[in-house]
Amino acid sequence: MEKSLLAPGHRACAGCAMPTTIKLVLDAAGPNTIVVSPTSCLEVTTTPFPESAWCVPWIHSLFENAAAVASGVEVMLKRKCKDTNVVVIGGDGSTFDIGMGSNSGMFERGHKILYVCYDNEAYMNTGVQRSGSTPFCAQTTTTPSGSKSLGNPRPKKDMPAIAMAHKVPYVATASVAYPVDLRRKVKAALRVNGPSYIQVNAPCITGWTFDAGTMIEVARLAVETGLWPLAEWVNGELVGVKKVRRAKPVEEYLKSQGRYRHLFKRPEGADILKQIQAMADANIAKYKLAD
Amino acid sequence: MSQKMSSQAYADKPARSANMKVVEGSYAVAHAVMCCLPDVISAYPITPQTHIVEHLSQMVADGELDSEFLTVDSEFSALSVLVGASAAGARSYSSTTSQGLALMYEVLYNVSGMRLPIVMNVANRALSAPLNIWNDQQDSIGARDVGWLQIYVEDVQEAVDATLQAYKIAEDPAIRTPIMVCMDGYILTHVYEPVELLDKELSREFLPPFQPENILDPSDPKTFGAFADPTTYTEFRYLQFEAQQKALGTIEKVAKEFEETFGRYYGGLVDSYRAEDAEIVIVTMGSVIGTIKDAIDAKRAEGKKVGLVKVRSYRPFPVQALRKTLKDASVIAVLEKDVAIGGEAGLLTDLKAALYNSSIRTPIIGFTAGLGGRDITIKDIRKIVEKADAARKKIESEFEFLDLRMEIL
Amino acid sequence: MEIKAGKLVDPCSTQITKTGAWRTFVPVVDHKECIKCNLCEIFCPEGCIHQVSSKDVDALLKYGYKPDQISSLPKDDILFVPDLNYCKGCSVCAHECPRKAIEMFLEEK
Repeated sequence: MEKSLLAPGHRACAGCAMPTTIKLVLDAAGPNTIVVSPTSCLEVTTTPFPESAWCVPWIHSLFENAAAVASGVEVMLKRKCKDTNVVVIGGDGSTFDIGMGSNSGMFERGHKILYVCYDNEAYMNTGVQRSGSTPFCAQTTTTPSGSKSLGNPRPKKDMPAIAMAHKVPYVATASVAYPVDLRRKVKAALRVNGPSYIQVNAPCITGWTFDAGTMIEVARLAVETGLWPLAEWVNGELVGVKKVRRAKPVEEYLKSQGRYRHLFKRPEGADILKQIQAMADANIAKYKLAD
Repeated sequence: MSQKMSSQAYADKPARSANMKVVEGSYAVAHAVMCCLPDVISAYPITPQTHIVEHLSQMVADGELDSEFLTVDSEFSALSVLVGASAAGARSYSSTTSQGLALMYEVLYNVSGMRLPIVMNVANRALSAPLNIWNDQQDSIGARDVGWLQIYVEDVQEAVDATLQAYKIAEDPAIRTPIMVCMDGYILTHVYEPVELLDKELSREFLPPFQPENILDPSDPKTFGAFADPTTYTEFRYLQFEAQQKALGTIEKVAKEFEETFGRYYGGLVDSYRAEDAEIVIVTMGSVIGTIKDAIDAKRAEGKKVGLVKVRSYRPFPVQALRKTLKDASVIAVLEKDVAIGGEAGLLTDLKAALYNSSIRTPIIGFTAGLGGRDITIKDIRKIVEKADAARKKIESEFEFLDLRMEIL
Repeated sequence: MEIKAGKLVDPCSTQITKTGAWRTFVPVVDHKECIKCNLCEIFCPEGCIHQVSSKDVDALLKYGYKPDQISSLPKDDILFVPDLNYCKGCSVCAHECPRKAIEMFLEEK
């Protein structure tokens, strides 16, 4: 591995998946890259003035406008005939929710921009509140478990499908636990003459609550249970999936994290576990993961 | 103080250049923007700003203007696109109004805080609710504290000229602050009047290329937009404050330089009309000035010593220039097209603050009028003069709605 | 530190902050067991596991090895070494090592 383009000394939690994700993305993109980031854990932990962990040019403006800011960067680079990668790296809050309009505009205008979402499935920077990416029945601080609640009542928003509805030519899901796959996808995305979107499963130690050392293992379990299929679409067509030979039961994944603890303590949890298993089974069938 | 207003200044010039044309205000401004050679333009349609960006789009489509024009999903994205473009070294332009400006609010602070010298024409319009598409100045007055410079223009010619001046002020390395050139929606954007369009060559000489110190560049990979904690945040804000104070001089300087090149001058920070010996002075901003001048001429004919002070630079607020211009008035009446609900109104409050610690003890009264596009007539101005005259003895009302239709309340 | 208008931040400059001070547990690598798969280097969130020649004493000292530890390291080898100036002790490396060649110890400071 080349020297990391994300310097140490950043303030991310010990065992956070986000810096590993950035490292892998930058490793694949190389130094001729400009990164645009929305407000996020990433922003506050990597750029406390007067320091920055970024070894490539980097800009942060606001929470909901990274894709628009990146669009401005990209048109100016094109105008100057500069062949520099423009990569947005943002969390799920900005990607799925508050930045949706800006993302939609960037996708639809067809900018040559790679948008990477490091998806930790809640608003972690503000203290683990539910986002549009929070999975079914996960606990967050705004979807806690209680006598009338089993956590987040809705399933996760299908952001890759939304990207594809914009005719984004390259869309992929990836995982911090599969670095070779992630780097290959970043390289493939950067070859596309247009927008691309990669959604990377990036566990959050604070929000999901697991032992720090198990960060990669948790991410791997998401893939191995079928809950996080590693897929790749070119021009809307599924061109590749990572096979999961013998899918593990979803309990293994859910038990690894505190955010699902209530499902194992409360009697109603058993039915929820079945529903989540059904979601994994549906993925396994849809993507033919087990074949 | 000169009694000669800008319009007279150039009316004195005998020869009309070939560039003098009867055009729509929006076209004239778009033409001025074209002469500024922006790299990137991004805007979202909103009445009454649309014609400006439609004209610009056509200029780009016709190859008359070599700019990147980005159509976007919202005003929020329009200005956000320019954040990226400007940071990548682009001279950047947008235009908006009313709800669009309100939607940009968060980005406005961001642009000024990042010291990106973006120029934007604001076609002043009322804010909803109730929905209203006509002119007042509530939109940009509401954005007075966002860290942008604000120039308010009186007519189309000034809008044209201020747009070119704006880039020179904004991009000055000592200033590096974005500017709104505020022009009354419809009244100035949709009017057809004779305008001397800018000469492209002269404009290029007047405005040097945009050369920012740092841009997003992999060969010098800087970080833009780091976050600042309590140990440094104040200093960033202070530097913005300081730059606006410096801009007081730069705005004057650029106005003079503009006069040298183009022969037109509007006052830098403030201007005045028949104010030298005036006892009653009306202070205002924007296109209503034409009406006020006519009213003043009529009052003068009646022997009333009435004059006008025009605030051209609202941000920075020209405290010293106003103290100097208003020192001999015996009563001051502020007329403005905005209201600070729960308080008074922007210009009135700022002017009172500017004079409070000076030796000037002149009574000041304020009027809001022309909200949501209601015409301000000569009759309204006469009413102001009468009330101001009376206020010399006793202030009956410090602030009022001048043109309130009591009969429908 | 001087604050100027529009002041930008220099790249890679978080390196002045030694996040190793956060650490409770310290990774100790059994270099004889290491198969050089470089998974620890890849997964380390700090990007602070480096490949170092066992002859590069200066680097080893810089990353936190003590002189007596260096003498007991395998000779003529490429070693995977955590830079203890930055290692927060998250133990991802230890967990992911396929040979279990990295062990976490409570660090006495």
